[in-house]
Amino acid sequence: MDIHEYQAKELLAGYGIPVPVGGLAYSPEQASYRAREIGGDRWVVKAQIHSGGRGEAGGVRICSSETEIQEAASDMLGRRLVTRQTDSRGKLVGRLYVEEATDIAQELYLGIVLDRASERIMLVASSAGGMEIEEIAVEEPDSLLRISIDPAAGLLEYQARELAFGLGLDSRLVNKLVKILMASYRAFRDLDATMVEINPLVVTGSDDLVALDAKMSFDDNALFRRPQISELRDRSQEDPRESAAADRGLAYVGLEGDIGCMINGAGLAMATMDMIKLAGGAPANFLDIGGGASPERVLKAFRVVLGDANVKVMLVNIFAGINRCDWVAEGVVQAFQKLDVQMPVIVRLSGTNVDEGRRIIAQSGLPIITAETLAEAAEKAVAARPTAEKAA
Amino acid sequence: MAILIDKSTPIIVQGISGRIGMFHTEQAINYGANIVGGVTPGRGGETMLGKPVFNTVKGAVAETGAEASMVFVPPPFAADAIMEAADAGVRLAVCVTDGIPSQDMMKVKRYLRRYRAETRLRLVGPNCAGVISPGKSMMGIMPDHIYSEGRIGIVGRSGTLGYEAASQLKTLGLGVSTSVGIGGDPINGSSFRDILELFENDPETDAVLMIGEIGGPQEAEGARYWRENMKKPLAAYVAGLSAPKGRKMGHAGAIISAFGESAQEKVTLLQELGVTICPNPSSMGETVARMVGAEAMA
Repeated sequence: MDIHEYQAKELLAGYGIPVPVGGLAYSPEQASYRAREIGGDRWVVKAQIHSGGRGEAGGVRICSSETEIQEAASDMLGRRLVTRQTDSRGKLVGRLYVEEATDIAQELYLGIVLDRASERIMLVASSAGGMEIEEIAVEEPDSLLRISIDPAAGLLEYQARELAFGLGLDSRLVNKLVKILMASYRAFRDLDATMVEINPLVVTGSDDLVALDAKMSFDDNALFRRPQISELRDRSQEDPRESAAADRGLAYVGLEGDIGCMINGAGLAMATMDMIKLAGGAPANFLDIGGGASPERVLKAFRVVLGDANVKVMLVNIFAGINRCDWVAEGVVQAFQKLDVQMPVIVRLSGTNVDEGRRIIAQSGLPIITAETLAEAAEKAVAARPTAEKAA
Repeated sequence: MAILIDKSTPIIVQGISGRIGMFHTEQAINYGANIVGGVTPGRGGETMLGKPVFNTVKGAVAETGAEASMVFVPPPFAADAIMEAADAGVRLAVCVTDGIPSQDMMKVKRYLRRYRAETRLRLVGPNCAGVISPGKSMMGIMPDHIYSEGRIGIVGRSGTLGYEAASQLKTLGLGVSTSVGIGGDPINGSSFRDILELFENDPETDAVLMIGEIGGPQEAEGARYWRENMKKPLAAYVAGLSAPKGRKMGHAGAIISAFGESAQEKVTLLQELGVTICPNPSSMGETVARMVGAEAMA
């Protein structure tokens, strides 16, 4: 799960990491009020969306009057901001963060991630802050310093100190950075984060360190024990199709094609999407109905897939282990009875209770196209698309 | 003996009293697995499915001589259950549970290393379909009827895609020595490399099929190990050609977050190392059949 910049800053400030003074605004009036509250004569208005690359997309503006702040705020609020990290639809700007402007002498990069190769928490830092980590890795690879953290001992102070000296910081700043490194690690560990990124971490003109931007992501599997993090969820930043599916206990990822997919198991779902692509089509979604799916769950999954107006064909591919083909078949039949299914539906069933499942489909008298194998199912789905689509 | 389990391997079930644990324990018993008992704290002394239930894993091991454990404990408590098994002297744990926090798994992996390799617990999973050696034994949730006995080893992240492969092989008259699901989580007990090593040393396996997916470095690590250390032929399929970057595809670990983690990048790397690539998920069986046939001709 992702959160907004202002939420990450609030969490990190709670661990003692210095952040600029700022306030949240939902309207232009509130934005200028926040600026007055903060004081000074230069402010930054920042669009709060779950994506990086906001600056170059027009989501960050420096202002030196209340009029400018109001203008910036009315430009951004209610718009969908498209960045190089979002899809073509972009993300809705519903909240702004107004901050005092910071006097920047130097920009550093600080990131903490779950490293899958070493299976440990890894701290990464660079003196080339301000750029994305991917760019740093290409353009300034030698500036990257890494610490692999032992899960039993945690981050050791000497490791943090070594890294601070390694960045070439003045010794007055080293202690300040060590405190920030230790605090970021504690936040990562205590909150079950999967990523903490402070970029840039700024050395100010008055020799202080300040987290100018902050990003945090969290382990979905640990949210059950982090209710204070779950509360930070902002549904306006999610694909509405995905939110609806998640509320029904289904793993769904919206894509841009026109073949709706309903499959059991993440691997088989990805493989089916691959087959569709190889057959010349494009999947509209990833959807795993999970194990032990009842006819009701199958019906719910149908609703979610058909909720996407782009879907022109529906493909159901089930290899039942702990699932039952007869239950899935019943769910498909119910979907035809209860929903307005106006498109070709291809069903491939295999595994547990397959004969019973195929019998239910056959006896239903419904115009369901059946397939025996994965390849046949994908080919039939692509062939069943409306002709205009195929020509394109 | 097959690579991990055999007809006689004494197995306990942690979380036997749960709905899912009970169902799959019954399936395993019916398949012929040597289930000797179960563990559910607070239910010690009861009998379930004709097997004695214990409060602790140590108690179960002392009474039954169990060497392996199937773990069906819910996610908040699963890491603790695995470490309990390790301390009780269990040698193999297969954890089916989906949804264990990553930091819990980091702790588990660090904890297992307290033991020397010869006495250390080997963990398969979590979030996996388990292990089956057709005709011998099973620990997991797979539909057993789709596997026939044979000499192909299967190791994969996804359960259902493993079923797909086994049934394609069966249609072509090829059987399976052992199929291992290593699970879809970012941090898992056994990697592709770990299982490939077992298959290389297994006299009952002639060739191996590796089924990977987007995310993480383990397919590449496995292929490098194969190239440097193995004589048996290896075929591979990598799922997720159409998966977008930065999106989690069902499995917690199936997310492209770094270079080399997309399906196409993995396929290219595996190809460069000389692994036989299955061009699509429908051709896993054929690809293995052709590879084994070519091997027999040579």
